[in-house]
Amino acid sequence: MSAPAMGPSKTMQGDAAPKKKRGPGALATAYLVIYNVVMTAGWLVIAVGLVRAYLARGSYHGLYYSIEKPLKFFQTGAVLEIVHCAAGIVPSSLVLTGFQVLSRVFLTWAVTHSVREVQSEDSVLLFVTAWTVTEIIRYSFYTFSLLNHLPYLIKWARYTFFIVLYPMGVSGELLTIYAALPYVQKTGLYSITLPNKYNFSFDYYSFLILAMVSYIPLFPQLYFHMLRQRKKVLGHAEDLSKMD
Amino acid sequence: MTWNINNLKSSKAVVFFEVEILDAKTKGKLCFLDKVEPNATIGEIKSMFHKSREFNGKSLKDEDVLQHLPVGTTATLYFRDLGAQISWVTVFLTEYAGPLLLYLMFYFRVPFIYAPKYDFTTSKHWVVHLACMCHSFHYMKRLLETLFVHRFSHGTMPLRNIFKNCTYYWGFAAWMAYYINHPLYTPPIYGEQQIRLALVMFLFCQIGNFSIHIALRNLRPPGSKTRKIPYPTKNPFTWIFLLVSCPNYTYELGSWLGFTLMTQCLPVAFFTVVGFFQMTVWAKGKHRSYLKEFRDYPPLRSPILPFVL
Repeated sequence: MSAPAMGPSKTMQGDAAPKKKRGPGALATAYLVIYNVVMTAGWLVIAVGLVRAYLARGSYHGLYYSIEKPLKFFQTGAVLEIVHCAAGIVPSSLVLTGFQVLSRVFLTWAVTHSVREVQSEDSVLLFVTAWTVTEIIRYSFYTFSLLNHLPYLIKWARYTFFIVLYPMGVSGELLTIYAALPYVQKTGLYSITLPNKYNFSFDYYSFLILAMVSYIPLFPQLYFHMLRQRKKVLGHAEDLSKMD
Repeated sequence: MTWNINNLKSSKAVVFFEVEILDAKTKGKLCFLDKVEPNATIGEIKSMFHKSREFNGKSLKDEDVLQHLPVGTTATLYFRDLGAQISWVTVFLTEYAGPLLLYLMFYFRVPFIYAPKYDFTTSKHWVVHLACMCHSFHYMKRLLETLFVHRFSHGTMPLRNIFKNCTYYWGFAAWMAYYINHPLYTPPIYGEQQIRLALVMFLFCQIGNFSIHIALRNLRPPGSKTRKIPYPTKNPFTWIFLLVSCPNYTYELGSWLGFTLMTQCLPVAFFTVVGFFQMTVWAKGKHRSYLKEFRDYPPLRSPILPFVL
């Protein structure tokens, strides 16, 4: 799922009972700053690539090909974020981060890359655009947070843009998977049939349908979680009333 | 929240405040801080308030005696609502009955599972019949042990566990049974040799697992919840206690390895691996609490795999 990736924000004002977690040391912080700067730059490259290709061709069609390689590179690179969680240098949940990153990687490689026929679909542009804007904001948010210098605008953007970008990305993803279905069924892509000596079978077509169905329970949960985070982060801090 | 600042108490030269925090809406008492420094800031008091609401202590048991608890002359007990509960026995019976019945449905090829021409037919491979007997025996054994052998420490567990556990057991059982009883099932590569070895493993471990359950039951008088260090008994299957804290899990792993070998079915292998992960977590926990509770716990023992894990 595209989801502007969630992880709790690193700076939350008005937090009355901060949990003391082993934060990153100086070396880890330096590494993370470099990581997040590189990712911000990478997604900017993709953004610029999209714009330039659009201006050159004059249409939205087939823009995927102009940013295919950086998209694969930087989206796959996000797998490092799972390692960051495991190493404890970021406070995000390993399971949540793993799920987010793997679902992005799944869409990039197992759907868009694997089924060439969907690469020219407009739905691909839809989710790529959503991902690009989201990631540029997210990675700059992390960069500034690490440097303890977070402009309110970035924080606001991170907790506001998702309202549009998230449904946009989800729509693009679902439409793309849907577009891939007939080709997967026809070619039996990634599918294993009986009989075989391991007595196992896998139907990729059914798996994709299951994936699409799973958006129904998952998307609202993630979306409302982000809305609640937005209220907490951008809303007013808790205050105790004065003496009566 | 309103603040009540009571009785400035003086002890020696130091003056402490007592601070009472009430809910502004209900006026109910939320927290009573009895040793607050006079120079404490509101921010610090907020912290103390939040900290007092965190409950980090372990739950007490019904059998605990008041005067033996590590409290002074004033004991503060915290009430925690555990939420909807369900009895362990109920959960076990439900989660084990499912696999027993589901597997048989696949074995007998009831309609709507496989293509209609196979409805109510039987497999031509004898290993499929053997596998059904083993699987059914395994879950019957579990059901009977739940009713007559196990002496549970806890009466209940959270209600949501029954949904989680049943999904796991029933789901995997159906997935395995589907392939083993499939008309296109492929029997083990090494044929009779492989099946015979697998059956021996399976039976050996079933007996072993049962022996451990009996040994553990005998550690505990009926109706009690005492915990003692388990030791090898006259039954050779219990001699593994010399090397392992939770041999019931060791034997369980062995049973499923046997079943995997017998059926040569990848979903069974997955089930075995996942079960192994879970049992290892449980074994490590049990091992740790044995070590904590008993000073003289035998040092040679590992949680689940001798010397290894």
